[in-house]
Amino acid sequence: MTQPIIQLSGVDKFYGDFQALSQIDLDIRTGEFFSLLGPSGCGKTTLLRSIAGFETPSVGSLHIDGKSMDRVPANKRPTNMVFQSYAIFPHMSVAQNVAYGLKARGLPKAEIHERVSEAIAMVGLQGFDSRASHALSGGQRQRVALARALVLKPRVLLLDEPLSALDKKMREQMQSELRRLQRAVGITFVLVTHDQEEALTMSDRIAVMFDGKIAQVATPQTLYGKPSSRRVGNFIGMMNFFDAKVLSTSGETVEVDVQSFGTVTLPLSQAPGGVEGCQSVGIRPEMLTILAEGRTAEREIEAVVSEVFYYGDMTYYDVNLPQKDAPVTVTMRNTAGRKVLAAGDTARVGWSPVSLLLLQ
Amino acid sequence: MRGKGYFFKWYIALFLVFLYAPAILLPVFAFNDSSIVSFPLKGFTTKWFEMLQSTEALHVAVRNSLMIAVTTAIFSTLFAVLAARASTRFAFPARRSIMGFIMLPMVLPEIIIGVSLLVVIVQMGFELSLFTIILGHILICTPFCIAILSSAFMNLDQSLEEASIDLGQTRWNTFRLVIFPLVMPGIVASLLIAFTISLDEFIIAFFLAGTEPTLPVYIWGQLRFPQKLPSLMALGTLLLLLSIGLLVLADFVRRRGLKKTGIESSGGFL
Repeated sequence: MTQPIIQLSGVDKFYGDFQALSQIDLDIRTGEFFSLLGPSGCGKTTLLRSIAGFETPSVGSLHIDGKSMDRVPANKRPTNMVFQSYAIFPHMSVAQNVAYGLKARGLPKAEIHERVSEAIAMVGLQGFDSRASHALSGGQRQRVALARALVLKPRVLLLDEPLSALDKKMREQMQSELRRLQRAVGITFVLVTHDQEEALTMSDRIAVMFDGKIAQVATPQTLYGKPSSRRVGNFIGMMNFFDAKVLSTSGETVEVDVQSFGTVTLPLSQAPGGVEGCQSVGIRPEMLTILAEGRTAEREIEAVVSEVFYYGDMTYYDVNLPQKDAPVTVTMRNTAGRKVLAAGDTARVGWSPVSLLLLQ
Repeated sequence: MRGKGYFFKWYIALFLVFLYAPAILLPVFAFNDSSIVSFPLKGFTTKWFEMLQSTEALHVAVRNSLMIAVTTAIFSTLFAVLAARASTRFAFPARRSIMGFIMLPMVLPEIIIGVSLLVVIVQMGFELSLFTIILGHILICTPFCIAILSSAFMNLDQSLEEASIDLGQTRWNTFRLVIFPLVMPGIVASLLIAFTISLDEFIIAFFLAGTEPTLPVYIWGQLRFPQKLPSLMALGTLLLLLSIGLLVLADFVRRRGLKKTGIESSGGFL
């Protein structure tokens, strides 16, 4: 495998007594779309700003392209950033904004002109060259910010919550566009987001962060399907949790006593964070099924529907299971002929041991 | 409800009369053909303005005042740019108290500043001159300039600066190409405020002037001669026009600056 474009090892960042980053070890691969995902205040933006050169790690090392970034200021790093507020220079036109970095490098006028037109066309803003930047919509500003950074052909493009200021429709459109752009230019993208859906749909790999630490680095599928801890599982999508007690481990399987479900035997691969210290079992709402009349499942359990949330294409049920106080969420697709239950109905909930995850 | 509405209408009307009636009297008597400033009016004349034109001492005072006001405006604004940028952008120990002390001359009685400056300057063996007046004026104007420029710097999105650095520009060029153009309206407003304060400041100029009077000091000196009063009215009229002109110019520059950066106009004078 080629050498990672960004290597962080043992990075800590303190602000006085507050520790914003703690023991960050991270390799970001050349050409991948990488996301830093976590709740606000988890340190993801501090980490991104450390890569850009706006923050200096208190401890640890940062290498970009194999070169140490100690004492390399932000304006000398092979990275460019798209800011959350876009930071478009309001007193300059679109073309002047895009040309800003090229002028700083002292390139000849003709080359600047050519590359600016190219970059503006790449983000789909043809004909906007001389438009005043304050007269642009949010989505257009975002495109200018992208063009302004990409025109410099950086080794890494850093994006700080670039879609958070856009409305839902625009955001979805920009998600696929960012993905397309990234593939087209082949530049490594590092995206900071608190939106798990955004991270899942766009990224090659995701680092989930809590409290200044990296909890898990994995592909979207692994992160959703095999979260390494209860906290990650709960942050990425919805998950129901049950108290559990490990009874015994033998070879490739583990025997667990699970609240409501009784004793089950799980393959070791269902304990992605290891068996040691596991006290709960998680299951995704879509892995539970409300069984229609005459249908059967591998395992079944009697339940009472307590709440129904109807979303059109989906119905979310809160159901009460025996020996469990908190309700369990079950999501069902509203396929043809399926009856939507009402609160108070009894239901048979089908499940399968292979969809249970043993978590810390 | 109706009674209340009338009360406020009268209140506003009276307020405006007290505010502007004296100023309107200036041009009225400036063109009145009588050396006694009182009603009824005697007739139209421009001789008071002609008198201004031939008074050499007045010309000297105007030149002194303009020189002081321009120098004061430039240096106060320069210091204020540094202070405003430092206080809005950087955290340093005792920032609040340092800024508090810098802003204090804004509320200190000018007579105290005037007397204490006089004592210090004389003790240090300096000659009283236009230079000492400039020092005093910079001291009182800088807080006003800081107040104006702080809000200009505060409104500046900090990521603009970071974006410029990130795009490979140096710190100095970032200031020149991004920060400076965006705080330009604030700088113009600061220059004009300092210029205006300095131009009509009397107490400090009175204490610190040596043999060279400023315009307000000259006017005060002329008040001893009743026959000079109409020509002072003429002078006042010119100063009034100058003030209005500066105000219009300041607002024009401010609006143009806002338009350039696409911010909706809010507040302002005109």
